[in-house]
Amino acid sequence: MNWEMVIGLETHVELNTLSKVFCTCATAFGAEPNTHVCPVCMGLPGALPVFNEAVLTRAAMAGFALNCHVHHRSRFDRKNYFYPDLPKAYQISQFYRPICENGWLTVQTSAGEKKIGITRIHIEEDAGKLLHDEENGTMLDMNRCGVPLIEIVSEPDIRSAEEAVGYLRKVRAILTYIGVSDCRMNEGSLRCDVNLSIHKPGEPLGVRTEMKNLNSFQSVERAIQAEYERQVAAVESGEEIVQETRRYDQKTGKTTTMRRKENSADYRYFPDPDLPEVRLTDEDMAAITAAIPTLPDARREAYMREYGLTAYAAEQLTAERWLAEYFEETAALAQSPVNVANLLQGEVFALVGARAAEAEKNGAKPLEGRESLPVEPAHLARLSDLLNAGRVNSSTGKKILAAMFAEDCDPETYAQTHELFTVGDDSVLVEAVNRALEENPAMVDSYRKGKLSVEKALMGKAMAITRGKANPERLAELLGQALAAFSSQP
Amino acid sequence: MRPYPELCRLTVIELTAMLKRGETTSAEITQAYLASIAAQNGTLNAYLDVFAGPALAQAAQSDERRLAGQPLSPLDGIPVALKDLILVEGHRCTCGSRMLADFVAPYSATVVEKLRAAGLPILGKLNMDEFAMGSSNENSAFGVCRNPWDTTRVPGGSSGGAAAAVAAGMAPFALGSDTGGSIRQPASFCGVVGVKPAYGTVSRYGLVAFASSLDQIGPLAKTAEDAALLMGVVAGRDPRDATSDGTLSTDFSLAVPETLEGITVGMPRECFGEGLAMPVYHAVQAAAGQLRAMGARVVETSIPSLPYALSAYYVLSSAEASSNLARFDGVRYGYRVREYADLDELYRKSREEGFGLEVKRRIMLGTFALSSGYQDQYYLKAQQARELLRHEFGQALAGCDALLTPVAPTFAYKLGEKTDDPMEMYMGDLYTVPANLTGLPAVSVPCGHTEEGGVTLPVGMSLTGARDGLARLLSIAAAYERRNRPNAGLHPYEHLRKGGEGA
Repeated sequence: MNWEMVIGLETHVELNTLSKVFCTCATAFGAEPNTHVCPVCMGLPGALPVFNEAVLTRAAMAGFALNCHVHHRSRFDRKNYFYPDLPKAYQISQFYRPICENGWLTVQTSAGEKKIGITRIHIEEDAGKLLHDEENGTMLDMNRCGVPLIEIVSEPDIRSAEEAVGYLRKVRAILTYIGVSDCRMNEGSLRCDVNLSIHKPGEPLGVRTEMKNLNSFQSVERAIQAEYERQVAAVESGEEIVQETRRYDQKTGKTTTMRRKENSADYRYFPDPDLPEVRLTDEDMAAITAAIPTLPDARREAYMREYGLTAYAAEQLTAERWLAEYFEETAALAQSPVNVANLLQGEVFALVGARAAEAEKNGAKPLEGRESLPVEPAHLARLSDLLNAGRVNSSTGKKILAAMFAEDCDPETYAQTHELFTVGDDSVLVEAVNRALEENPAMVDSYRKGKLSVEKALMGKAMAITRGKANPERLAELLGQALAAFSSQP
Repeated sequence: MRPYPELCRLTVIELTAMLKRGETTSAEITQAYLASIAAQNGTLNAYLDVFAGPALAQAAQSDERRLAGQPLSPLDGIPVALKDLILVEGHRCTCGSRMLADFVAPYSATVVEKLRAAGLPILGKLNMDEFAMGSSNENSAFGVCRNPWDTTRVPGGSSGGAAAAVAAGMAPFALGSDTGGSIRQPASFCGVVGVKPAYGTVSRYGLVAFASSLDQIGPLAKTAEDAALLMGVVAGRDPRDATSDGTLSTDFSLAVPETLEGITVGMPRECFGEGLAMPVYHAVQAAAGQLRAMGARVVETSIPSLPYALSAYYVLSSAEASSNLARFDGVRYGYRVREYADLDELYRKSREEGFGLEVKRRIMLGTFALSSGYQDQYYLKAQQARELLRHEFGQALAGCDALLTPVAPTFAYKLGEKTDDPMEMYMGDLYTVPANLTGLPAVSVPCGHTEEGGVTLPVGMSLTGARDGLARLLSIAAAYERRNRPNAGLHPYEHLRKGGEGA
């Protein structure tokens, strides 16, 4: 029997409030070190935290969206430990009474749908950032001190790297849908700790290890695989797994010991006397739930049911809220939602990807979200219809789309001015077929000798004669008829 | 006897009246107090830092405002002094600790902003037990402060500097902080009024925290009426302190009654038993008699859980302190050991050398009380005792306007007398800690004297009231003072002379 991995994830998500959780400093990412700081977030003597209510609303909304029980009352506790990035030497967190408990989400995997439990969601403050520098030693940037976080703790329900990544993608999708976080792993606004153990199904769980601060889906996937293999190899060679914190090294693809459990701190959690209990009234809760938009799962099902999309396409188009909204708006204006979906997943995603790669090559920051797709839904809907009706073919469609990306133009007008409509007139197409046959006697000869595959090449020649504008189906039909005449000759 | 400016004998009420009538100026008052400080601080060590230049500049500005008919408040121009754990931007704030010996405050406490907005010049910073931990001011890293009644005795603590300064006419009034009696006990030892407001009355923003759920800033003054004036300046909800309570009254304009008809004063029997020094017992009983003579009904009452208060207090205050003081780690500011092998040693040695013995004792105690495996037995038990006390005080106060108790079991003791026995020192907080645990307001008022080896020493009584009852407590105290103000108009030295002993 195979070793099964058992995984629980702790996901830290920065909430996108304008100011920090216990003071009024800005949370903006990327500012000059120690410019977004004040006595409170620097933990100076005498400074006191005051809870930013905007954090409460967002955390509660995350709880509702992740099917949690959101408590009317919660409370802050101090987690005491010494580290230079923690200026008060305690982190304000929620230990005894977190705001949300007992939630779940579902992920689509190659083996079907999987439900993963969420133990709790609590609010806490972020720590600062240590910058190690050969010249100056270790320096401290406190801009991030006090940036609001929620920590989402999953049940140990995850059984594969695929499920783990699926869970994280779903968390990201839901949180960006409800607009409480931008969930950018590269900026650290979504970070993940992986707890992993192995056992044989039916047997007790093994000892788990923890891998902290994984900051991309890829490193989560690889770290899980590497740690799983390490544990299996260790157990099979008779070693014991030790409860510890391990570091995943992207370069070597291996995990190494960082901190053993016996050295770990006793955090001495106790209620923070500086902060009163946090309260949510029924009215607050009603207002928060009313503000939650339709979530990805519901949209996915609707796309499959109402538009006839495949599960895969529906999952792709609901991965981010802006995309789903873009799709819905476009689909509503187009004749065929399926065609819009295909267009988006094919040519549109390809162009968006190419532009991002180009920007990165030039050292620029790639556009994100809706800004990465500079085409009006109405225009894309029209292009979809032109393609759907065969008025432009796929190759001119690509040309038109590229032009739309360059300057968000109306595809119909563009096709007209550049004479890109499909040529469907038989006399023109017959002439193109005839010219192609005349100009390529060698091909015709091969065909006659039984090499039927040259038909494709001749199709290309005929299409080129129409400068790519021929209705491909009709052109193929006419070419076929002409060639049939040849083959029927003795 | 050194020169003692006449202005320094007067109450703030009297000074404001003179300012209003144009009989003196803020500059004159401030100069008088600075002269008094200069004359006495060498002996008493009440001030750790004197802001002579800035105080005189503020006084001059105040006089200009008054001349222009635009004083900022009735107290505009009355100087004030602060215990050295209240932050004043640009000035050192040592908390009586080597750890913060060179720490310059980068911002001002809310109370300081309020004092400035009301036009009060700040005279300087007052000596204290390190991080407010202590009852005798002997835990200051900058030398003991001495009791002006007898310089061989302690002024009490932790706001010892504040009490000594007000008693010796080195400040018209002062702000201290009270976590377990740190305003009231030194007020009693030095013969002045000390006020611990209800928790949440005065903003703690900019007060270096000892035990966050117990700390309150409050005034020390010559009279209850003077203390009420200062309360009127510093009280009020502060959006920067989430524990400040906007439902509490901020009106401290006192209506001082002629008699105490209709007032019921309760005396918890648990406060008059074993361990109480006889002179204190007699002074408080005499005060009860005077209150009765003024028309008050004095009844016996009971706080059955009082015996748990002290233990609960030391567990909770130390637990919170262990967390509050963790930020002093030598990394960003404060004392840092010169040589260290690694981060761990930087932390360990900086804290070992930066903190004094009592502070380290409390950090150890508090860390232990919060440790996993012990938290239930200590921290949680103490919280339960706290709840019980809240309940019992609520019940006792349902039938009384005020509870009358001693402030401390003894009068001022000799320097060094209790330093070797921390438990005995802790016992001295028995009557004061309940007000902090319950969040109730309490006032320490001079009620008599005792003669000890030819030296006159003051004794105080304590009045504890309902949560929003501080103004009422101060009114009762003010009414009492109109009949009986044992230290009125006299410098402590002059009590000695009066007694014929000479100083």
